[in-house]
Amino acid sequence: MLSNLPKSPTGIEGLDEITDGGLPTGRPTLIAGNAGCGKTLLAMEFLVNGITKYKENGVFISFEESADDLIQNVASLGYDLSKLIDKKQLRIDQIQVDRTEIAETGEYDLEGLFIRLDYAIKSINAKRVVLDTIESLFSGFTNEAILRSELRRLFAWLKDRGVTAIITGECGDATLTRQGLEEYVSDCVILLDHRIVNQISTRRMRIVKYRGSTHGTNEYPFLIDKDGISVMPITSIKLDHTISSKRITSGIAELDAMLGGGFYEGSNILLSGTAGTGKTNVATYFVNANAEKGNRSLYIAFEESPQQMVRNAKSIGLDIQWHIDSGLLKFESSRSTSQGLEMHLAKFYKLIKSYKPTVVVVDPMTTLVASGSAKEVRAMLSRMMDMFRAENITAIFTSLTEGGDNLEHTDIGVSSFVDTWLLLRDYEVNGERNKLMYVLKSRGTAHSNQVREFVITDKGIHLVDVYLGEEGILTGSARVAAEARFNARDAIRRNDLFIRQQKLAYEKHVTEAEIKSLTVRRDMQDKQIESFKSIEEKRQDDVASDQALLKSARGKGRNDHAKK
Amino acid sequence: MPKNSEYELRLYVAGNTAKSMLAVKNLKHYCEEHLKGKYSIEVIDLLENPALAEGDQILAIPTLVRRVPAPIRKIIGDLSNEEKVLVGLDIKLKDNLRDNLKDKLEDSLRDEHKAKLTDQTKRAA
Repeated sequence: MLSNLPKSPTGIEGLDEITDGGLPTGRPTLIAGNAGCGKTLLAMEFLVNGITKYKENGVFISFEESADDLIQNVASLGYDLSKLIDKKQLRIDQIQVDRTEIAETGEYDLEGLFIRLDYAIKSINAKRVVLDTIESLFSGFTNEAILRSELRRLFAWLKDRGVTAIITGECGDATLTRQGLEEYVSDCVILLDHRIVNQISTRRMRIVKYRGSTHGTNEYPFLIDKDGISVMPITSIKLDHTISSKRITSGIAELDAMLGGGFYEGSNILLSGTAGTGKTNVATYFVNANAEKGNRSLYIAFEESPQQMVRNAKSIGLDIQWHIDSGLLKFESSRSTSQGLEMHLAKFYKLIKSYKPTVVVVDPMTTLVASGSAKEVRAMLSRMMDMFRAENITAIFTSLTEGGDNLEHTDIGVSSFVDTWLLLRDYEVNGERNKLMYVLKSRGTAHSNQVREFVITDKGIHLVDVYLGEEGILTGSARVAAEARFNARDAIRRNDLFIRQQKLAYEKHVTEAEIKSLTVRRDMQDKQIESFKSIEEKRQDDVASDQALLKSARGKGRNDHAKK
Repeated sequence: MPKNSEYELRLYVAGNTAKSMLAVKNLKHYCEEHLKGKYSIEVIDLLENPALAEGDQILAIPTLVRRVPAPIRKIIGDLSNEEKVLVGLDIKLKDNLRDNLKDKLEDSLRDEHKAKLTDQTKRAA
């Protein structure tokens, strides 16, 4: 079994990912770059993170800047180097090489440098060392042969000590570094680049070589801001992120119904339309509805400021200021031309990592074409979509289509990347322009194939069923008129029905009354029959009793006669 | 022109290496010959006192530092090149010795300059 190369993590966002763990432990790494590209900052972050995050003390040997300058320069990042120095976790030594003071008379070596380095490392038991920039030695000593052999010895010495070292060097014309340091430091070489293209600056980092480890070989954009360096690692090229069947509301009830419940969580939605069709309003509804549900929402706006958005939202009946204040809605406004495409990507990556939104809106993505060619923008957007998918973020991208040509053609051609495509279209008829919304595609959901009319009022957005009449689709005032006619006819019919019902009810009443009177007569007749019956019975009873009496009287007399 | 006051010289060495020993020997020899009675030599072994390297910014070994008279001069190497050492220390020489040394010095300087020029043209090519 092969053992893995031990690595020292840098603690720099994204860099540990592209190096698959950090810099090689116990070996020197060369960081090359032109002036101002961030070498010293990277080296300093490596040391400070080593102390604060990984409990490894560090020594910073500076050949150019004084210790005080360094401390001041990184104070803006929130690094308190003086405190670390006092705690004996960091040591900054400045080695001055001044040519004018030195005359060379005979054989010498650079043992003094070794002694100083050794002393510094031992004094705080350092595991990490930075030499920035050792090329300064070349300006101090003219005997290159001695210098180069001593450098060779130095890097072997550093390896021997087991310290993880960063060596910085300026970019050279023919060689990677001006003095060819890559000859001696070849375990790991990282190149920093700061390029200006079309007036827009981009910072890029590339791992030129890394012995004994897999590493990303592409150029990665990185940012330097108030938090230091953050590298944007290209998100997984494999499409194997986990997916969810949960639904996220679109903010418009009828649209949710059209899509069978809402957008799938983690899906990307394209919302395209010509100018003025209401894309931003739909997007605002989206973030508002989600913020109301407690989902954190991020709105990336390239054309409007947050204040504008709040005001415009009010005009369609939404109060989003409240969500902004509660922290559930965050706006990020910047012109698309303010930075290069990679910088935008890096910035958004950082934002979603720190803010962790559930939903994101990018409005409009088509302005990015101002910062790059269509091909570059498409590449950037596909990476952005991958980035959102990997974090399970549901994202809406609005796209401005130039009117006139085929509306189902996006300038950038991203329609195949997205899961759902909503098209807003103006429909002009009878002197009116009405808006229609189509669901052009929606992967994985059964969606209605019928177009809906899209109405923006100050009470909100509604999708209304279009009216199908003999003339075809009716929208706008034609629809309203047709609906009114339909309603009128309906009303008349109902009225008719009502009257007939009333009539029948009245007749029923009459009949019931008749039934009642007949019933009374019958009852009376019944009673009469009853009473006749009882009278007759009584009469018969009387007759019977009379006869009985008579009989008894007659019988008694005879018996009496007989006896005599 | 330096006054004939005390020369304070500090020689930084690292252990008893050949170069270090040679430098010490050479220095003592030059001082006895040219600065008799006007100098003081301090030999600092950085292997025993590494912290002292920082004060005078010592990188090369051996390094000779002339602290007094000001300004500070540093001379690195085993000091085998006598002319260079003396020029570097800005030492006033005895007259006859001076002329000899001056000629020798001029020759060696001219050779050096020529070498540098050819180097430069080589590099530019």
